Amino acid sequence: MAYLELKNVSKSFGGAQVLKDINLSVEKGEFVAIVGFSGAGKTTLISLIAGLLQPDSGAMTLNDLEITAPGPDRGIVFQNYSLLPWLTVYENILLAVEAVNPNWSADKKKEHVEKYIAMVNLTPARDKKPGELSGGMRQRVSVARALAMNPQILLLDEPLSALDALTRATLQDEISRIWSEDRKTVVLITNDPDEGIYLADRIIPLTAGPGATLGPSFTVEIPRPRDRKAINHYPAFKKLRRDIVEFMLNSRTHRAAAVTRKLTLPDIEPEDLNIPRTMTGWRTTPIRKREVENVSVEVNS
Amino acid sequence: MKEDNFLKKIDWLILPLLGMGVVVLLWQVSSATSAKELPSPAKTWASSKDYILKPFEKRGEMDQGILRFTWYSLVLVAKGYALALIIGTPIGFFLGLSKMFTKTFDPIIQILRPVSPLAWLPLGLVLFVSAGKNASELGALFTIAVCAMWPTVLNTAVGVRAIPQDYLNVAKVLKLSRTKTLFKVLIPATLPYMFTGFRLSLGIAWLVIVAAEMLTGRPGVGGFLWQEYNALIYEHIILCIITIGVVGFVLDRLMSVVERRFKTA
Repeated sequence: MAYLELKNVSKSFGGAQVLKDINLSVEKGEFVAIVGFSGAGKTTLISLIAGLLQPDSGAMTLNDLEITAPGPDRGIVFQNYSLLPWLTVYENILLAVEAVNPNWSADKKKEHVEKYIAMVNLTPARDKKPGELSGGMRQRVSVARALAMNPQILLLDEPLSALDALTRATLQDEISRIWSEDRKTVVLITNDPDEGIYLADRIIPLTAGPGATLGPSFTVEIPRPRDRKAINHYPAFKKLRRDIVEFMLNSRTHRAAAVTRKLTLPDIEPEDLNIPRTMTGWRTTPIRKREVENVSVEVNS
Repeated sequence: MKEDNFLKKIDWLILPLLGMGVVVLLWQVSSATSAKELPSPAKTWASSKDYILKPFEKRGEMDQGILRFTWYSLVLVAKGYALALIIGTPIGFFLGLSKMFTKTFDPIIQILRPVSPLAWLPLGLVLFVSAGKNASELGALFTIAVCAMWPTVLNTAVGVRAIPQDYLNVAKVLKLSRTKTLFKVLIPATLPYMFTGFRLSLGIAWLVIVAAEMLTGRPGVGGFLWQEYNALIYEHIILCIITIGVVGFVLDRLMSVVERRFKTA
């Protein structure tokens, strides 16, 4: 049995099915990227694996144990960093380290925290609060916090999508370097196929919602370490990229016909803004649509 | 041009002084024309200067320097205010955390909140009637606490409800214990709201003290005001009003300085 295993997992919110029949298996030490459109349910999927949400049906196991609640065995890096703004970089990571290793001595905790701050090159910003850091630095803190918990699996929920292209590339390199050092099991959620191809061993597209499901797995056959510039010239890269994008676009056109939406119009009639205000500054009270009984329209022919 | 700049630099001082001057002028005019009972500014100063220039003198129980009276009032306010915060903050947290609790107690809170201090005070006096000599102090404390705690309660509740889900997710993922979640996540995240509540509460506590002292006749700014009204010395009423206003303003400024210090992100 695979290390992380999802079987026929489905999830709906208020009658709208977001995820349908998700099957996923990730081996230990594997780097898997899940690529999908925004709004397809990527964050829902990672929240399910993290245990922050419960599936409506299906089974999820990590290391043969059923996932029922969130826990520090799954380190998660959120899209919006989720650092506590009243704690410094050091304190944010220390909070996580203390939660996972309450019995460690103070010195050992300190050493551990500082090791991870150094790993993401943030030692000079050790005592800064998140508000004083740039987006890229905050996301590094978030990565360091997740890694310092020494989780069995690392869940990255669109960690770089809020960053500018240059910072994004730098952090991709950094994630790649850190991963190659300790080969943790990683599930990366992203909306950028290139990012997935650059970082991951396998890419699994998530079809467009509603009722999104995982498509076939594409193995990335590009040898590591991968060079960001050279990678563009690999025929394998081009083909893979084309296949993934094609699959995703097809899944969308296929689904588009099935979308039905009930639109509720506001219960208010348009007002004529040319009518001057009264002394008190108010126009006549707005007219509710449901209160209108007779409508007559003047037509200038 | 140069003079313009200079004026602009000190307008923070000049304009407020101008505003005060206008009010004093109106006071002078109305005391000389329509409101004959209103003592003029000069008369008020002449009659009050003993209290202002010797602010800590004690000539008798109800005849003391103005700062001495203010001090008595402030001590009582501090006690009542502390009581309000100690009771109000946990109630606010429960309201923010539990929907059940909100449904159960929100209606009664909304009913008690607008009740005037003048209505609470007699009840407070009755409640502590067995305390004998201390009855008036305990009654006043009860009134201050009951009236002043609502802004703290409601702001804390709003603050707890407004905690971003991200922070709660962090606590969940780290499996923080209940106490750790409270002290590391809930309280720091709510602090800015709590301090807004504290500040509003302090304003109300200072409002209530005057009413409480007037009704109980305790020495203090409010008690002095009521006594001088009964003694027909109207100049001192104005002295008291100005003192109450200035002290209230200073308290609010101090609180806003503290509030700014505790603002997290």
